[in-house]
Amino acid sequence: MAVPVDLRRVIERAKRRDVIFVVLGLAALAFALCTFVALFANMVSVGWSRLNPDFFTSFASRRAENAGILAAWVGSLSVMIVTGLVAVPLGIASGIYLEEYAPRNRMTALIEINISNLAGVPSIVYGLLALGMFVHYFQLGASVLTAGLTLALLILPVVIVATREAIRAVPGAIREAAYALGATRWQTVKDHVLQYSMPGILTGVIIGLSRAIGETAPIVTIGAVSFIAFLPPPPVSTTFPFLSFEWLWSPFTAMPIQIFGWTSRPEEAFQANASAAALVLVLMTLAMNAVAIWLRYRLRRNLNW
Amino acid sequence: MTRMNDERRKPDLSTLTPKAQVRDLSFFYGAKQALKSINLSVYDRKVTALIGPSGCGKSTFLRCFNRMHDLYPGNRYQGEIRLFPDDVNLLSPQVDPIEVRMRLSMVFQKPNPFPKSIFENVAYGLRIRGERSRSVLIDRVEEALKGAALWNEVKERLDDVATTLSGGQQQRLCIARALACDPELLLFDEPTSALDPIATASIEELIHELREKITILIVTHNMQQAARVSDFTAYMYLGDLVEFGWTDDVFFRPKQKQTEDYITGRFG
Amino acid sequence: MELAPSKPTSGIANVGRLSRRRSRQIRERAIELLLMSATLVAVATTLGIVFILLKESLVFFRSVSIVDFLTDTQWTPLFSDPHFGIGVLLSGTLTSSAIALALAVPLGTVLALYLSEFASARVRETAKPILELLAGIPTIVFGYFALFFVTPMLRTLIPGLPGFNLLSAGLVMGVMIVPYISSIAEDAMRAVPMSLREGAYAMGATRLQTALTVVVPAAFSGLAAAYILAISRAVGETMIVAVAAGNQPNLTFNPTEQAATITAYIVQVAKGDLPHGSVGYQTIFAAGLTLFILTFVFNLLGYWLRKRFREVY
Repeated sequence: MAVPVDLRRVIERAKRRDVIFVVLGLAALAFALCTFVALFANMVSVGWSRLNPDFFTSFASRRAENAGILAAWVGSLSVMIVTGLVAVPLGIASGIYLEEYAPRNRMTALIEINISNLAGVPSIVYGLLALGMFVHYFQLGASVLTAGLTLALLILPVVIVATREAIRAVPGAIREAAYALGATRWQTVKDHVLQYSMPGILTGVIIGLSRAIGETAPIVTIGAVSFIAFLPPPPVSTTFPFLSFEWLWSPFTAMPIQIFGWTSRPEEAFQANASAAALVLVLMTLAMNAVAIWLRYRLRRNLNW
Repeated sequence: MTRMNDERRKPDLSTLTPKAQVRDLSFFYGAKQALKSINLSVYDRKVTALIGPSGCGKSTFLRCFNRMHDLYPGNRYQGEIRLFPDDVNLLSPQVDPIEVRMRLSMVFQKPNPFPKSIFENVAYGLRIRGERSRSVLIDRVEEALKGAALWNEVKERLDDVATTLSGGQQQRLCIARALACDPELLLFDEPTSALDPIATASIEELIHELREKITILIVTHNMQQAARVSDFTAYMYLGDLVEFGWTDDVFFRPKQKQTEDYITGRFG
Repeated sequence: MELAPSKPTSGIANVGRLSRRRSRQIRERAIELLLMSATLVAVATTLGIVFILLKESLVFFRSVSIVDFLTDTQWTPLFSDPHFGIGVLLSGTLTSSAIALALAVPLGTVLALYLSEFASARVRETAKPILELLAGIPTIVFGYFALFFVTPMLRTLIPGLPGFNLLSAGLVMGVMIVPYISSIAEDAMRAVPMSLREGAYAMGATRLQTALTVVVPAAFSGLAAAYILAISRAVGETMIVAVAAGNQPNLTFNPTEQAATITAYIVQVAKGDLPHGSVGYQTIFAAGLTLFILTFVFNLLGYWLRKRFREVY
């Protein structure tokens, strides 16, 4: 090739830099992967001994070997139920309104800026909001209900954004077909748009809940403690009307709080507990995230407009 | 104003030297064959135009010259494009595409200046060829901008970002950028289809000036443009080269009925 | 929009049609209002946050001057001679965030550039889920990791490193933020159209040259958005620093010391006994207000930049 020798050398040098960068990129990837692996390996090696059925069915205790996460995972579950029941309808409704109904004016833009800001507000500030408003002003106390409401507000932006993106992915042609048949806006949304965007919305909800389940700061601020030796009262009762809401007002603990409590103890035995509980929490979170990712992958394959 | 080819003498083809020769070129996008065994000569310091209806493969053909298809997976070349004077096959796997692209330059349909200053846009090709001397860069940039008939309009604002120029100016900047590298062959891929008529006219005038010094291969969907600027025209249809010859001959005395049908607008 | 009837219909049927239309409109409007009020919950949340932070802070600032708050070099709110210098907590926040970003920005950017411009589709498909999973790990678990794995490891490299220190927390925070930066940055880079890259390739540029000349400048506002949102995330992070950096308010920029951040302080106080209206109660709201203002500014900037890069393409 009639290219001057020094030019060829210049090209070689440039291509060498390309290779160096690829190595750098792979190294970065490897670093992220190694951290992941190190985290898991550490949790498993330290906490594995504590992972037996007793661990899941015992309460916290002053003696590390007897301590378990029963109150913690039941508490987390109860709080998640409240969070889900509050965040999902509010988030989906907001998402529908912003995508299908809201006019493109200054007020809507303000609402959007607001939601985007809320997504970035530190979770502890939500805790302060809950402390001032829910615990003291509304007198709801340090209860399952307060925690559920707080976390619902925390993940609201996540659900809203996921809903909006899922709805936006539905092509306008479907809407036009519905309108052309005489459907009202709500009928179009309810019967057509929502159906196709449900998988995407579901993905967002799961991701939001997986985030909520791991949140510590807001619920610490409300006043959840890590040493609780009882469960919230059951939601069903033997007397009419067979449904009790007492559990909403009950004090509680949650998985992240339990972990936090145990990591703060100097005794080494509690480190094993913290490890085991952390492992359980991470597995729960990962399982939820994996389901969400799988859902998103499946729905992308099924829907071809 | 039309520059008709009567002002160009038509020497005997044997006295002309080819800059590049395409031999049995076929091209495949995966399993789909987009070019079918094309044979063609690109003559030195002449303008060769490629015309044909949408989808006939003229852009695909052009992009074979500077190995742009290598950037995307699943493509396959067959045949040869030999570049002279050293008679090397541009399509050979042994030949580095980067070296090919350093000898040929391309101007694209939609002007795509870099998000940098005007000066840096033109200097870029020189920089990656290893030129570091500031004074050399300044001289070469000025030369290239003059060659692209843009110097007077931008000489006061070489440090402005290129995107502040109008569409026609941006395209001339892209031409200057290409010229700065002293290419042996200049490839134009529908360079005026995104421009207004005034900008189009200025680009065509530029091509007319450039052809004395450099070989040009231009793809255009506008037949009248081909008639205005080129010495040779190749008419393609669905991956085949239907006819090739002096532009006058192809337009006024086409040998193939298909060519005549296209020229006279029986289909587009 | 009613079609003209081909036969004259009875008046009663027409009235029925009109009232059906009216009731449908009323129902539609009611649904719209319902949906809108759901949306306003988000607005109410922000208003609630601002209201509660201001309300409690105002009480605080009645007894502590703002000048003292901003300039005092000690933070000892619960002592008999209390000092309220937020700068102490800020130093902890800034130091840990700086360390985190020093790790996350280069790592995240290189990762994004690699995935966007170099990696094959297969590598990208495997890498992205891994990064998403990393992003999903609860921060308390990262805190645990920092305290029980990273700190002991660092102590072998840096003798004399205390059990609680900002370095360990900062590094782990950095790792946590990497997927965050890389996903936003990668989106910005992939949005750059191919035609811009082809201009560079056609001149004989290599992949890296094209990436640095064309892609990075073109994706600039998206990259800036990623970095700024990462700053906001680092500043607001609570559990990693609360667990691994200790809770001793300490005016320092030395990462090998322990220190309290704004967030860690709030958690520590909230964990204990907090009678409503006490000085301790008020300090966390003042600290919270400072935190909110900081992150609000960054969030707004990041939002505006992100909007800009989306509009350009």
